[in-house]
Amino acid sequence: MSIVNNTTANMQKAGLASGFDFLESTAGFSIIQALVPYSESSTYGQAFMVSLVNTLLVAVIGCLLATILGFLVGIGRLSKNWIVQKVATLYVELFRNVPLLLQIFFWYHAVLKPLPGPRTLHEAGDKVFLSLNNRGLVMPEPIPQDNWGIIVFLFFAGIIASIFIARWAKNRQKTTGQQFPVFLTTLGLVFGLPLLIFLLLGSPMELKPAEMSRFNLKGGVTIIPEFVALVLALSIYTASFIAEIVRAGIQAVNHGQTEAANALGIKNSTTLRLVVIPQALRVIIPPLTSQYLNLTKNSSLAAAIAYPDLVAVFAGTVLNQTGQAVEVMAITMGVYLTISLLTSLFMNWYNSRIQLQER
Amino acid sequence: MAIINHKMLPAKAPPKNLVGPSAWVKNNLFDGPINSLLTLAAIYILYLLVPGTLDWTLFSATWSGGAEACRINNEAACWPFIAVRWEQFMYGYYDQALRWRIDFALMLLFVGILILAVEEDTRQSAKWKPWVMGLLIGLIALFASLMIKHGAGLITTLILSTVTAGVLLAFWNQQIRLKIGIFMLVIYPLIAFVLLKGGFGLKETSTNSWGGFTLTLVIALTGIVASLPLGVLLALGRRSEMKIIKTFSVIFIEFWRGVPLITVLFMASVMFPLFTPPDVEIDQLLRALVGVALFSSAYMAEVIRGGLAAIPKGQYEGAMSLGLPFWKMMRLIILPQALKIVIPGIVNTFIGLFKDTTLVLIIGLLDLLNTVQAATTDPTWSISSVPYTGYAFVGLVFWVFCYGMAIYSRYIEEKLHTGHKR
Repeated sequence: MSIVNNTTANMQKAGLASGFDFLESTAGFSIIQALVPYSESSTYGQAFMVSLVNTLLVAVIGCLLATILGFLVGIGRLSKNWIVQKVATLYVELFRNVPLLLQIFFWYHAVLKPLPGPRTLHEAGDKVFLSLNNRGLVMPEPIPQDNWGIIVFLFFAGIIASIFIARWAKNRQKTTGQQFPVFLTTLGLVFGLPLLIFLLLGSPMELKPAEMSRFNLKGGVTIIPEFVALVLALSIYTASFIAEIVRAGIQAVNHGQTEAANALGIKNSTTLRLVVIPQALRVIIPPLTSQYLNLTKNSSLAAAIAYPDLVAVFAGTVLNQTGQAVEVMAITMGVYLTISLLTSLFMNWYNSRIQLQER
Repeated sequence: MAIINHKMLPAKAPPKNLVGPSAWVKNNLFDGPINSLLTLAAIYILYLLVPGTLDWTLFSATWSGGAEACRINNEAACWPFIAVRWEQFMYGYYDQALRWRIDFALMLLFVGILILAVEEDTRQSAKWKPWVMGLLIGLIALFASLMIKHGAGLITTLILSTVTAGVLLAFWNQQIRLKIGIFMLVIYPLIAFVLLKGGFGLKETSTNSWGGFTLTLVIALTGIVASLPLGVLLALGRRSEMKIIKTFSVIFIEFWRGVPLITVLFMASVMFPLFTPPDVEIDQLLRALVGVALFSSAYMAEVIRGGLAAIPKGQYEGAMSLGLPFWKMMRLIILPQALKIVIPGIVNTFIGLFKDTTLVLIIGLLDLLNTVQAATTDPTWSISSVPYTGYAFVGLVFWVFCYGMAIYSRYIEEKLHTGHKR
């Protein structure tokens, strides 16, 4: 009880009103990367949304890159090729044992910040398609034209159709034994058909390149170096852990399974796809979700290089400006807790679904 | 007419293209088109990265001469920067005349860790004595010389060193690892606190002056020492059948595991003052230590819970059938087995904690990484290669410690597996 008394007494003394009304006040600061509409006159609540979207963006792209890289390195560690195996081991042991903060600093201060500025690279008046300079990665701005919606619709329809076709093909194979080229069909429906229609409709997407003005590139889409450094460092760091998880998962599959598949005359690649990887996934998925969670939480290190994620903007700038420590920290920790608990729930559901049914 | 051999012909050597280096290269590196491509790609990547890095770090680097030599040779690493500021990186801003106290605390720490880490050969316990003794004497001598360099009197150093060595020798028997273990977990933290902070006749220091690698060690060790007992309690609580204790444990563990360490540190440094009476000033470092300890105890609880679940139910039932009360059962039967199983997990948590000490940069504490970063802003050393050198140095220190702990963990895993062979 005395803790509550102390807290209220201290907060009253500091003139802090408790409650969440501060979310409606004007923010008064700008954010360098805002994927939802935001300006200096937006409220703190909108600043919260912007920073939350930034965090989720880093988390999703980081998880994607980390998974791809982690799987590649993990399988590389099991390769028969001596040099590939040694390079993969070197990668894992190097990036696992160096702190993440140091890796973020390395990418940001040692690789991206020393790049030359736009003035050094381009002449005024140039139209620039792709530029990597110390203000970020500048790409052309995609401006969708009239029929773009059709292409997007075809893309998603293709994905859904592929799911149904895969299911139908599996059933047909069970009943009649005939195989269906599912992979090629999926490729055609999801990528080929939209691409074809895109070309037929006359490319309804304009890529407007950036133009070099006297000091800086104007227009185009800029990916800020803080984002690149954070995503690179997070992906490479987490991929080293994922590589070990993948290696453990594949090694956990009984060698007898591979031997039996080979005895049946099945090719190595088909064995991997149908026998080893489904069983390995059972061992891989729980720690993998754990690593995704770690990556999401580690994205909070963005505060060290001033990338505007949830902790840096909300628990940093907003907390400093309003002084509402208790509410701000409660909201911030609440967000991370929600993400963690959702992931835990998913993991428990997945575990119970794939449990080995033992007699 | 049959040709009969009465002696076995000697085996001929295998054909040249099946054994030897060329065959190894063919089988391991150029096995097929994909493998050959991968080998070439890997060699290319190594060619891009390795010679440049080695050149920058070792061959072209400046090794002596101070800032002027570095300014001339600013395309390669500047090692004089580390050499000149070594004391600051290791001890932070600790009072120069009192640094011998840190050295003594480190002496006790390394001696204790060495004894705990070296596995005794229980069949021939006399076997490992000589080289371990030699290593111990060497360590004590090394830190004693550091103590003298940092201003401890010769008499003080001699007294402390001989007391340390004497205590070790007096208690040297089969049980030494247990005794040292209890000492390191319970008594050493108090000794180290008094040594670093002051009191009992030693001059007081402010925790603001603690920094560099000393601070990294303080945070990491406090985390591990605090999280082990707390983690055991939480793990037992989570497995308990009493609803209130179980709910509290679950909520505690899931809360601290679900939030990032940075928010925990923010919360500790910003919200802690709100919870205390207005005139009580909680030390900045203490806030961070409490946050780190609670955070790591949640992770430790999950690791220990895994170990407790791996003990066969028969152990619990056997203990209960002997009439052992709950805490005696835990202390004598369950926890020794459970903790032994999860030593790799505990070392893993420790490695993570060691790396996470860099995060105190966010609340303004000067650990090793932050001290080095602050030092790169020194105008004397405003050379372009100095920040990279600093980062390389910090990376190397962390790499050595973390990889060393990982190797030790693997060594322990191998040792423990012999117990499970049937």
